[in-house]
Amino acid sequence: MLDRRTTQAVVFSSFLLCVALVVAILFFVLFDIISKGIAMVSWEFLTQPPRNNMREGGILTPMVGTILLSIGAMIAALPVGVLTAIYLSEYAREGRALSLVNSAISNLAGLPSIVFGLFGLAVFVNLFGFGPSLLAGSLTLGLMSLPVIIKTSQEAFASIPFSFREASLALGATKWQTIRHHLLPYAMPGILTGLILGVSRAAGETAPILFTVAAYFLATMPSSVFDQSMALPYHLYILSTQSFNLRATQNVQYGTALVLLSVVLALNSAAIIIRAYFRRKYRW
Amino acid sequence: MKECEISARGINVWYGPKQALFDVSLDIYKNTVTSLIGPSGCGKTTFLRCINRMNDLIPFCRVEGKLMIKDTDVYGKEADVLSIRKKVGMVFQTPNPFPKSIYENVAYGPFIHGVRDKKKLDEIVRHSLQEAALWDEVKDELNKSALMLSGGQKQRLCIARALAVEPEIIVMDEPCASLDPIATAKIEDLITRLKEKYTVVIVTHNIQQAARVSDYTAYFYLGKMVEYGKTAEMFENPKEKSTELYLTGRFG
Ligand SMILES: Nc1ncnc2c1ncn2[C@@H]1O[C@H](COP(=O)(O)OP(=O)(O)OP(=O)(O)O)[C@@H](O)[C@H]1O
Ligand SMILES: [Mg+2]
Repeated sequence: MLDRRTTQAVVFSSFLLCVALVVAILFFVLFDIISKGIAMVSWEFLTQPPRNNMREGGILTPMVGTILLSIGAMIAALPVGVLTAIYLSEYAREGRALSLVNSAISNLAGLPSIVFGLFGLAVFVNLFGFGPSLLAGSLTLGLMSLPVIIKTSQEAFASIPFSFREASLALGATKWQTIRHHLLPYAMPGILTGLILGVSRAAGETAPILFTVAAYFLATMPSSVFDQSMALPYHLYILSTQSFNLRATQNVQYGTALVLLSVVLALNSAAIIIRAYFRRKYRW
Repeated sequence: MKECEISARGINVWYGPKQALFDVSLDIYKNTVTSLIGPSGCGKTTFLRCINRMNDLIPFCRVEGKLMIKDTDVYGKEADVLSIRKKVGMVFQTPNPFPKSIYENVAYGPFIHGVRDKKKLDEIVRHSLQEAALWDEVKDELNKSALMLSGGQKQRLCIARALAVEPEIIVMDEPCASLDPIATAKIEDLITRLKEKYTVVIVTHNIQQAARVSDYTAYFYLGKMVEYGKTAEMFENPKEKSTELYLTGRFG
């Protein structure tokens, strides 16, 4: 039997070890990508479409594609996610139906991304007839981010003290006025954080865009939502698996990975800034 | 006899299977302060929240009986909950201003009831804050967050917010429970002045407070209304043994 103090020390050290391991891996990956990619990232790299079998030129078209897809996914997912969360947290009565819906949403979050890709192919591309397009891709990515958006929004609504609802309703406000004037603004930091985190995770995935929007190569930008588009994750996948000479594209791979990382990071930073802004505005 | 503003007849309330109020009948008179007293859990809050149907918010809460505010049947089939709540301003135990500016807090009520004219809203805000004896302290910082105010100021802001929708009745649930003696004295002073225009119902745990501010007192015990009458008479000369024990602080 170990002494309590020794047990404590052992347990604590193993926690520390795990944290150190995670941080070390993260830093290794970041360092690897940044150190090898930074040389590639130039003005030309960011402003030119790929050229010469992807070996030269830049990544303008896939980068713009990913940004457009992210924006499209946000526009598609925000209203659906927020309205769902409002219904579930403010209108639905506690009960078996509610917990069933809640666990369905949690399960949706765990669904492999390829399943979303196939769903998008079957429904948006084929059934709705959008074809492989920005529209179909955005809707698929939006769908994929929904569980995160709904969950974080629900948490945001749940964290608002009941006394604000009471105060508003006691003045004779309707439930919808209470939601629109109080709950929504107070929950906004949580909602936007969920939106951006959900979409930024989806935007880095290859599987959901594979059949729904991604093009192997396009020298020009999409001109309508019904056009196909290149996208960073798929471009990276192509670069690292499909080219005749993987060596020749290695630098481009690292450059692309760095840009993808930066886009996702920028989205996450935006989430943090927006949250901080609203936190300061509505604090209780 | 004074004009009757609220008249409750045979009110029974259940929270799920648990009955919280038993056959409560009570007439509350216009332009008086009525206090509801009694040991914790006796149903004071429950009764108060019946008046403006705030009990509707609690799932599984069921109210039976008849409650009239003048000619309005509060639990009648045609009752308009929104206009009932507009008629009955409510002040809560813990001050709960919205996390918005002082101005927005007071203007919110009239705004949702259709007042959009900025001049008119300004006037309502000023008037309500004056009525709640807060105007002089905040008139230069109406756009500051209400959360910067002290506890007592917050509670007066909540009173101003309730007054801004021009209610006829003000119900307050232990409005001084979280305040210091000076802030409490201000609110008490305010309550006694409010009755000139409004009918006030206040829940309190402080027997001295009930004696100081109220004209009528209702004593609740275990979900029943045990005794009701003029405060002075009841405190002087309680008819029920239970009331006497409570008033003399020998239980509860
Ligand atoms: N939301 C609720 N759900 C279930 N039971 C409740 C609820 N609110 C109150 N009760 C019960 O109803 C009874 C009356 O409660 P109420 O809050 O009206 O008492 P009170 O006189 O206001 O007490 P206090 O002085 O402590 O505020 C209590 O037994 C309480 O447990
Ligand atoms: Mg109470």
